Amino acid sequence: MTSSTPIEDKIRQKLTVSLSPITLQIHNDSDKHAHHKAMEGVTSKETHFRLFITSAEFAGKPQLARHRMVNALLKEELEREGGIHALQLRTLSPEEEEKPNKKVEEGVVG
Amino acid sequence: MRFLLPKSRILFQTATRPFVPAFTNASKFSYKQQQLRLLSESTRQAIERVLSAKPVVLFMKGTPESPQCGFSRASIQILGLQGVDPKKFVAFNVLENNEIREGIKEYSNWPTIPQLYVNKEFIGGCDILVSMYQSKELGDLLEKEKVLVPPEESADANAEKPSS
Repeated sequence: MTSSTPIEDKIRQKLTVSLSPITLQIHNDSDKHAHHKAMEGVTSKETHFRLFITSAEFAGKPQLARHRMVNALLKEELEREGGIHALQLRTLSPEEEEKPNKKVEEGVVG
Repeated sequence: MRFLLPKSRILFQTATRPFVPAFTNASKFSYKQQQLRLLSESTRQAIERVLSAKPVVLFMKGTPESPQCGFSRASIQILGLQGVDPKKFVAFNVLENNEIREGIKEYSNWPTIPQLYVNKEFIGGCDILVSMYQSKELGDLLEKEKVLVPPEESADANAEKPSS
């Protein structure tokens, strides 16, 4: 029985193995963009993804480095014709997920 | 804010660095795909010319006036909100030049468009810009690189009101 979401499966598998994420949300936004001119003639239902990833591997790294890590893991799916067209990433360390607005909330009356 | 390279016919030349497929079953990829992934010297030079044009360069889909992609639109909006000096900014429409569209992904080692460069340094794509905007990191960076609109001189002029 073949999966109807092969790319999503691949994403999940690769990121789980390499990042041991605490949180891994894979949102398939392809439907939202299917009517766009750029997507004319495209039959794939797996073109646009939005990923929320929390992993200890991200701690101490700037956003760019974190995104590059994910890009490298998904390199094949991104470069392949008919693969991932757009990739939105939110990459947090476990600490950042726990206390999301740490900086902003300084000075707020508790 | 439009910057167009002359549409010269550039023949693909031998890449200056060898193309090494990262995956074993390279036959999955069409020959065309492989050819595009070679960053030719002429494409590299064309990209570097764009990066030298202004301190702030955004490779995007469409134009600032008419973005053709939601992520490109968001990036332009953020740069506007941050107060980037239009005189120090240029946007490059990759939809008008497929060679640059593929070349910049290789050059930056980044798979998607839009891409922001500040003083020839790659900053990131839309998500990173949004994240840096929210954390104030982007504002700090742009200020440090001196690419923001200078403070209005008219503010001082207003202070000197003639006395009645």
